Amino acid sequence: MGITFRKETFRDDFTFRNSPEHIRRFPFPFHEDSYMYAVNIEPHVVGPKGSVLENLIDVDEHYVAEMQDRALVLAEDPLRCQSLPHMTLAGWDLLELLMEQQALGYPEHFTLTRDGDRWRWINRPLGIDDTFTFGDTSTLPYGPMEYITRQSQGDFCILDQRDGNLWMDAGMVTTQADWSLDFDIGMNFFEWHAPVPLAHEKGIFIRALKFLTNIQQGKPARRLNWTMTINPRLDTSPENYHKWGPDRSTVTPENVGDKVHLRVELQSFWRLPRSNGIVFPIRCYLIKMDELVTQPKWARRLHRVIRDLPEELATYKGLTRYRPTLVEWLSKLDDGSPTSPGFGPD
Amino acid sequence: MAAKSIISRPVYGTLSPQPGKHHLFVADAEGAVAIIEMAKNVPAGFFGGAEIVFIPGPDGKHVGALEALKPAQFHLAASFASLLPRLKQTLTNAHMGLRLYLSGTEGLIGQAMQVALEAGIDHTSMQTEHRGSLARRMQCVHCKGITENVTTQPATCAHCGLLLLVRDHYSRRLAAFQGVCINAEDRSEIPPMEEIFR
Repeated sequence: MGITFRKETFRDDFTFRNSPEHIRRFPFPFHEDSYMYAVNIEPHVVGPKGSVLENLIDVDEHYVAEMQDRALVLAEDPLRCQSLPHMTLAGWDLLELLMEQQALGYPEHFTLTRDGDRWRWINRPLGIDDTFTFGDTSTLPYGPMEYITRQSQGDFCILDQRDGNLWMDAGMVTTQADWSLDFDIGMNFFEWHAPVPLAHEKGIFIRALKFLTNIQQGKPARRLNWTMTINPRLDTSPENYHKWGPDRSTVTPENVGDKVHLRVELQSFWRLPRSNGIVFPIRCYLIKMDELVTQPKWARRLHRVIRDLPEELATYKGLTRYRPTLVEWLSKLDDGSPTSPGFGPD
Repeated sequence: MAAKSIISRPVYGTLSPQPGKHHLFVADAEGAVAIIEMAKNVPAGFFGGAEIVFIPGPDGKHVGALEALKPAQFHLAASFASLLPRLKQTLTNAHMGLRLYLSGTEGLIGQAMQVALEAGIDHTSMQTEHRGSLARRMQCVHCKGITENVTTQPATCAHCGLLLLVRDHYSRRLAAFQGVCINAEDRSEIPPMEEIFR
């Protein structure tokens, strides 16, 4: 049985919802009742059936709608997808990885057949059936990175490794939490993270870079990151901040449950075989408060995390304006009883 | 000197003579003084292998003092835009081992570095010294327009008119600081504009 893809929107009328099964599989990012940065990187191995880790590249009920939203973003602003000239080979590496993983995890939806360099790719949900020559860009309608990331959920950054550093030299970034690929492309690991508060002083990025530059082929790693978004909007880019920023002033005690969303990024890190680059998929999961609090443990824990979040982090994540309203709303769902260890719902 | 800031914000040093036979200096306005001071400590014949390209400030100062260094080539440019074709050709035709020295305003250093990066020169190999105005080149993250010589915080985008927070986040590729709408969440909030990048 395949996935039933939802018809929904991430803009205008915001019809995005999670089904009950998708609420339970949501990658809740807090394993305890408080939050601080850590180098929370672990091996990206297959997890339990029914979780977002069931496959290493997750395809879910939002796939088709997310790909439609990406196409709208790119039509408005093609600079969201850029690749510096030396990154084409890494783009082919990424195309191979995503086709293999999606075909492996979801054979009813995706099929890859290879005859030497002659490849045939069938993507049934999007109605695509293309035959092309691997390595020959002229046989695809877009460059290899753009072609496959128009068919894969999440943002993708391809990092070139040289001089002991990682360089953000290509990417498809349309569902980002407020950072600009167009501005950051070409920067090294420390430079593109420069605006992040507190973490530099804690030595987080030095340790993270050391880990990432040592990632081996076939041994991907992952971490979770999170923020909050008002309305289920995928495109919270700085480019459009003047358009979505006003949403943050619209939160009231009556609409918290519907408007405020926890936004979790499942970031994974993969060594690419030909280019020796690293691809860094940033997969975004959204859940509205009304859906999240159907799991009482998550409601209690999120209340404590948001209430106790250091001010710098709340500011950086853009929560300042609506945090009091959110904390007040969540407090009514927190009876003070202890929460069980671990991420999952009870 | 600029105050301590975030990692992407460029850090400038003091020009010092590098080993090598070919030296290219690009400077504007008070950036000339950085070259003149460095010249006190160079080996004999150093400027015989040097080209100096200079964009004078509005006061027209330092031209004579630079000429007195007797560089192999000396070029006066009216503006960075007018210098660009020549600079591109010089860098494209340069041999391995050309040493690059950039001094003056941040806008000049950034734009010259941008051209040099495109020519394949590593930014860490360039000598830089900031002199004169702290005015910033700023890219509006919304409309992508570049506003030159930004001296205020916040600043108005010369292209789309949004009121922008001038961040310390800097892109060498764009040779610009990032400007982000400062009152996006509530357009009726108009923070006072202060002149801080002088």
